[in-house]
Amino acid sequence: MNVLALDPAYIGGFGLDEALILIVKVVAAFAMLMVAVMLMIWFERKLIGDMQNRIGPALAGPWGILQTMADGIKLFFKEDLVPARSDRFVFKLAPYLSLVPAFLVFTVVPVGGNFTTGDGTVSWWGNTTYLQVADPHIGILLVLAMSSMAVYGVMLAGWSSGSKYPLLGSVRASAQMVSYEAALGLSLAAVLLQSGSLSTHDIVADQSGYDWNLWVTGIVPFVVFLIAVTAELNRPPFDMVEAEQELVGGFHTEYSSIRFALFFLAEFMNVITMSAIIVTLFLGGPDGPILVEGVDWLWGIIWFFLKLMVFLFVFVWLRATLPRLRYDQLMDMGWKVLIPLSLGWLLFLGALSIGRDRGWSEAVVIVVSVAALATGGLVLRTAVRAGRAQRQADEAGETADRATQGGGRR
Amino acid sequence: MEIAVFAVCAAIVIGGALGVIVTRHPVHAALSLVATLFGIAVLFLTLDAQFLAAVQVIVYAGAIVVLFLFVIMLLGVDRVENLRTEPLGGQRPLAAGIGVAVLVLALLFTIAASSGGFGGDTVATGRPAAVAPEFDSCTAVPKALEGSGAAVACDGPEPISNIRQVAWWVFTDYVWAFQLTGLLLTVAVVGAVVLARQRGGADDETGEPVPDPAPEAVG
Repeated sequence: MNVLALDPAYIGGFGLDEALILIVKVVAAFAMLMVAVMLMIWFERKLIGDMQNRIGPALAGPWGILQTMADGIKLFFKEDLVPARSDRFVFKLAPYLSLVPAFLVFTVVPVGGNFTTGDGTVSWWGNTTYLQVADPHIGILLVLAMSSMAVYGVMLAGWSSGSKYPLLGSVRASAQMVSYEAALGLSLAAVLLQSGSLSTHDIVADQSGYDWNLWVTGIVPFVVFLIAVTAELNRPPFDMVEAEQELVGGFHTEYSSIRFALFFLAEFMNVITMSAIIVTLFLGGPDGPILVEGVDWLWGIIWFFLKLMVFLFVFVWLRATLPRLRYDQLMDMGWKVLIPLSLGWLLFLGALSIGRDRGWSEAVVIVVSVAALATGGLVLRTAVRAGRAQRQADEAGETADRATQGGGRR
Repeated sequence: MEIAVFAVCAAIVIGGALGVIVTRHPVHAALSLVATLFGIAVLFLTLDAQFLAAVQVIVYAGAIVVLFLFVIMLLGVDRVENLRTEPLGGQRPLAAGIGVAVLVLALLFTIAASSGGFGGDTVATGRPAAVAPEFDSCTAVPKALEGSGAAVACDGPEPISNIRQVAWWVFTDYVWAFQLTGLLLTVAVVGAVVLARQRGGADDETGEPVPDPAPEAVG
């Protein structure tokens, strides 16, 4: 089982015990994610209700907590429509292309284990294992791979609907997600440089004892990652993909019934898994103080979920408070701010680590690299300004041309 | 187990490849291509080349085919092609002949190489196998260099990881190939930007002599 890799449970061969552990893990992760999505939708609606000074869902169950269940049942029994002009096969395939990557990302997240005083393993009936479904060698690259797969769901859904608003939504979505993937990868590379491993377990173990990447890599990669993830998730303020005021419902306009529910599920599942990835990469995953000895594995889970809650709250908060960006602002921010910033920061961290390896003076390294990066930033800024000025001049010239030509013909 | 995985993946790869050339719809062809790329990624995994597998999915399936689809969607070429017209006479039989010839040659070469016909001890890269240094099973750094600061300590049950090996080769023996590829891609990007900018300017071509409009037009 080289593919599932680093989990110590699989080292002594793969027998019935290991298979059972794997099945239990998969089922538990799936159930946890489903319940979490249900609660997340309720949480978001309730919180937005509070922030907008209204009550939010209140009727189904205590505090409206069963609202998602009610909606799910309703959607399940609605009529399933497939538009006449749609590409039927792709139209039916697209929701699953959204949903499956969202779940797969969660498999590499370590949700518990004692990383503070132990090595993050737990023992189940004599089998030592990690509290994560799989810990492949490529670890975090799986997250990148799956988030690039998620583009297909949105893109094909819009295209296959055979209708113009979904098509516009999906064109926007694919451009946006491909653009922000670069910033996502570059800010992630800073974390990888720090921990020296792609495996999520190693990344978390590297951060134990409060050496969280949030401050070890400087705050910049974290901020870039958070923004890029928000864009990648198509969450407000980056939800041009489904801008209700412009595109009806964006890529899922033509979807109804259970297929729509699948998109909805995937969207919220993505929010949860990406928050979990942020916690894993930057906040030490399950790292935290162990308050009661004896049940130390439990504290990891508790800390993990508390940190997760913080990010879930942040995403809802962003949605409730920030207005939507314009499309050109979005692209400008991705290409001209986030990518250069994360690339520059990555180079800076690289210089620091080489300097430390070679025993160079820290201060000199910092001064030189900051000077170099500042020069680069200045050049970039000049280039961007010059480009913009030229474009504006071109546009002005064109309109002037048209005016003179029109005059000449007359 | 390995045989089963290989069989399934090979079926996906071949099926996808057939789909690319058989389906009449460009979008379906692109999706078949994705299936092929995925199958190849899993094949990489069975060969313990995890990094290649991940990069295969991220770069090819995640970026390149997405761009294909993007262009198909934007240009609206998602219509069924008319296969009756043939822009170049005799192109199809020629293509078939060349394709078969290449296939036969590749097969012959593979069979000859795998039976040791070409001087035996070379691996697929053409590098003599004896030159490749022995990797430490833990740090994946060539044994000769251990203790020189290049070795990264590792503890725990981590088996040898192919990612470290790839990194090692890319930044030592193949550093020039790696850097030149990067340069090539940068040149391509700059070229694409220049072309795109020129096409934006080409709108002026209708009124090309900007300073003085054609005098006869005035008359």
